Amino acid sequence: MIIRILGEGQYELADGTLDQLNILDATLQAAVDAGDRAGFAAALRALLSAVRDRGTAVPDEVLTASDLVLPAPEAALQEVAALLGDEGLIPG
Amino acid sequence: MSIARRLALLFRVKANKALDRAEDPREVLDYSYERQLEMLTRVRRGVADVATSRRRLELQQTQLRQAADRLQTQAQQAVGVGRDDLAREALTRRSAALSELAAITAQRDTLQAEEDKLTLAGQRLQAKIEAFRTRKETIKATYTAAEAQTRVGEAVSGISEEMGDVGLAMQRAEDKTAQMQARAQAIDGLLASGALDDATAPGGHRDDIQAALDAMAGDSDIERELAALKAAPAVTASPTAGTPPAAKEA
Repeated sequence: MIIRILGEGQYELADGTLDQLNILDATLQAAVDAGDRAGFAAALRALLSAVRDRGTAVPDEVLTASDLVLPAPEAALQEVAALLGDEGLIPG
Repeated sequence: MSIARRLALLFRVKANKALDRAEDPREVLDYSYERQLEMLTRVRRGVADVATSRRRLELQQTQLRQAADRLQTQAQQAVGVGRDDLAREALTRRSAALSELAAITAQRDTLQAEEDKLTLAGQRLQAKIEAFRTRKETIKATYTAAEAQTRVGEAVSGISEEMGDVGLAMQRAEDKTAQMQARAQAIDGLLASGALDDATAPGGHRDDIQAALDAMAGDSDIERELAALKAAPAVTASPTAGTPPAAKEA
């Protein structure tokens, strides 16, 4: 499974790690739904660390689409909400 | 993985739109490649822009440090001549200069971080574009239009995601630069007004504290000369050549 962290690059993770990540992602989603900024920042940090720790970085010259895309480490709650709310926001 | 899945889907939708528009999927390859090269140029220009803004802040850091040092010296001088009011004014301005310096330093570091991230993003994009170019040539040489669909889709969605990511990084860097520019302009204004005693201004700008200190020094010089005149005998009113009054004094 390929996971991209925006602004950072892609990681390859074994499918077995997905359950653990799902729990962290549910926390992130709950924080977004509740508009809880501090909770969002903490959940995002935990999720990104888990991906970095358990994954291996995909080499720059490998061209592949990601199965999952995670917000950038410094992304604020409202930025992520805006990204999810309007597909037109993704440039490029 | 609800949020992550939704984000991945958004990037994919964007890639698919380009594919759906084309009659022959292989056309998309060349079009996409051109866009990639444009994006790479934009990223490089972006890095240069951020670097320019960072250097502007670094120049201001130097100016503010010099202003703070000079105000410190002036405060000492003022205390030395018993002018606590001038010393207090100098210290107040020094404190303002130091707080601007702290704010600017934080912004300079933010810009440096953006510059580094954008530089890395550019390198990553360049490597991906090179991979895309190779794959593009292989696809065009190997497959018919009907066969190419899936391969083109894979290549385009891979690069499209990278482009979207880089595009977001560019937007973030542009936002940060714009925020910084407003502050840098305000500080330029502050330095130009003399309120922070811009000792670095061309032409040796004299601020009001320095003017007051200089005036006091000037006053005492004049008093000394006056006292010298009073003490001297009347003949010095028509001095002989080679013996100016000052020489008698010394």
